[in-house]
Amino acid sequence: MLRDITLGQYIPGDSVVHRMDPRMKILLTLGFTVILFVANNISAVVAAGMFPLVAAVFSHISYNVIVRSFKPLLPFILFTVILNLFYVGGDPIVEFWVIKITWQGLHVSAIMSLRIIFMLIGGSLLTFTTSPILLTDAIERLMGPLKKIRVPVHEIAMMMTIALRFIPTLIEETNKIMNAQKARGADMEQGNLVQRIRALIPILIPLFVSAFKRADELALAMESRCYTGGEGRTRMKVMKMSARDGWASLCFLVSVGLVIACNIRFGSAFQY
Amino acid sequence: MSAITVRQLTHIYSPDTPFKQVALNEVSLDIQKGEFLGIIGYTGSGKSTLIQHFNGLLKPTSGTVLVDGEDIWKKGYDIRSVRFKVGLVFQYPEYQLFEETVYKDIAFGPKNMGLSTEEIDSRVREAAEFTGLAPELLQRSPFELSGGQKRRAAIAGVMAMRPQVLILDELAAGLDPKGRNKILNQIKEYHSKTGSTVLLVSHSMEDIARYSGRVLVMHRGSLLMLDEVSKVFARADELVKTGLDLPELTKVLLILQQRGFPVNTSAYTKEDVRAELLRLKGVTGC
Ligand SMILES: Nc1ncnc2c1ncn2[C@@H]1O[C@H](COP(=O)(O)OP(=O)(O)OP(=O)(O)O)[C@@H](O)[C@H]1O
Ligand SMILES: [Mg+2]
Repeated sequence: MLRDITLGQYIPGDSVVHRMDPRMKILLTLGFTVILFVANNISAVVAAGMFPLVAAVFSHISYNVIVRSFKPLLPFILFTVILNLFYVGGDPIVEFWVIKITWQGLHVSAIMSLRIIFMLIGGSLLTFTTSPILLTDAIERLMGPLKKIRVPVHEIAMMMTIALRFIPTLIEETNKIMNAQKARGADMEQGNLVQRIRALIPILIPLFVSAFKRADELALAMESRCYTGGEGRTRMKVMKMSARDGWASLCFLVSVGLVIACNIRFGSAFQY
Repeated sequence: MSAITVRQLTHIYSPDTPFKQVALNEVSLDIQKGEFLGIIGYTGSGKSTLIQHFNGLLKPTSGTVLVDGEDIWKKGYDIRSVRFKVGLVFQYPEYQLFEETVYKDIAFGPKNMGLSTEEIDSRVREAAEFTGLAPELLQRSPFELSGGQKRRAAIAGVMAMRPQVLILDELAAGLDPKGRNKILNQIKEYHSKTGSTVLLVSHSMEDIARYSGRVLVMHRGSLLMLDEVSKVFARADELVKTGLDLPELTKVLLILQQRGFPVNTSAYTKEDVRAELLRLKGVTGC
């Protein structure tokens, strides 16, 4: 079902991670992603991965939900593993016919798959613990300096906020319309490609009609509350960094140190 | 024989997630062929979830649903055929209209059934008549109709499939009192003329009392009562406890009972309440 997708979903809560400054969360997520690619051997990657794992524990989000954030991409991860396993040269473990598996290949595919998994965990943790509104707000603030070179930062952020706000609504609406047409015997699971595309018409038309109506109503509501864009707009809740953001960045610096130490100590796995 | 039989039906939305929600809990019931059943319950009590099991839109988490004595989820059963036997009109059905003309939209269901053009034509006209849509409206675009007319067109779209069971979810929501009565009377007429089973979900006790034979009361995902209207109203205090509103006339009787008068609160029609009050006058002599 559409609504069972957890990737990118906000899970309300009251943990330290939830209460961190969203700007810090975004910066740390970006920083962590960079570090993940700086790490060039398996111990360094694991060291880097500790950071989101520890954060996940502090966020009180259940283990199942975290696993589900990368589960849909398992086939993709498997594909990466296989690709690396067969194409990296080095000292062979098994060798027959054209297939050759090497220690180096094993090492590189482990690094690659862990990188993807940790990246997905990190990214989903950001969206799990930050409401979409706060997230776009924080992006707006972080991109603030770009206003100087006439990038419409506020407008972009507002568009993102609105889009994010209406995704669940649209999913719900799609489900409703689909059910209503199914109740009239619409068949969406059978037939050839042309028939399947035609079967979408009874869903898409009502969906567009209501989306346009909604957009219209929203514009009217915004105008009647005197919305004129970002110029001179102030906020009721101003974002503030606090001690826990300091602690989080300290943890991050420690993991950066660990990764660099591991890189120097064990050397790169990408020499072949 | 019963039209729909439900045994131990449980439905859980988004199981295994933090948003898990038990919407139905071990519901068992039988719906008789040809009856007019009212379904009532507080917001979120599981009415819409329940009726979406009757035509196989939702699959039970556990339990069975039998339509015409056949388990609709057994292997090899064509689930689409249930949709034609049990017609479901959703809450605010006017948002599902999509065709160029009202006629084509009403014909969507019958066309999916694979009927001949003549058969479709006669069914569309029949359904339009039952719902009180004037013939000249049939060639108009559904998006040009008024709210009430759109609602009628959407109901006609389901009626045109001639389902054995017609389910209407909150059919009168958002209509003015006059439009409400008119549309409900038309449904009643459809019921008596075609002899099909009709299920009416409503928040209005008055409507349920006026039109249905039996009433099903849902409360927090469980079946609280399924009985004749008068017997359900006789348990008025329980209804009030679940947050349901009673018909105004029943409330009067209930107040009298609380003041210590020996009154029978099961009356709900104007005539019955009047007779009951007169009887009371005779008994107490005041
Ligand atoms: N698609 C869904 N996903 C998750 N939960 C749902 C979904 N649909 C309904 N629910 C939940 O299931 C419960 C029963 O909902 P349902 O729509 O059946 O109630 P209802 O009796 O029809 O209410 P109303 O009178 O407001 O229409 C509610 O708590 C609701 O929040
Ligand atoms: Mg409902």
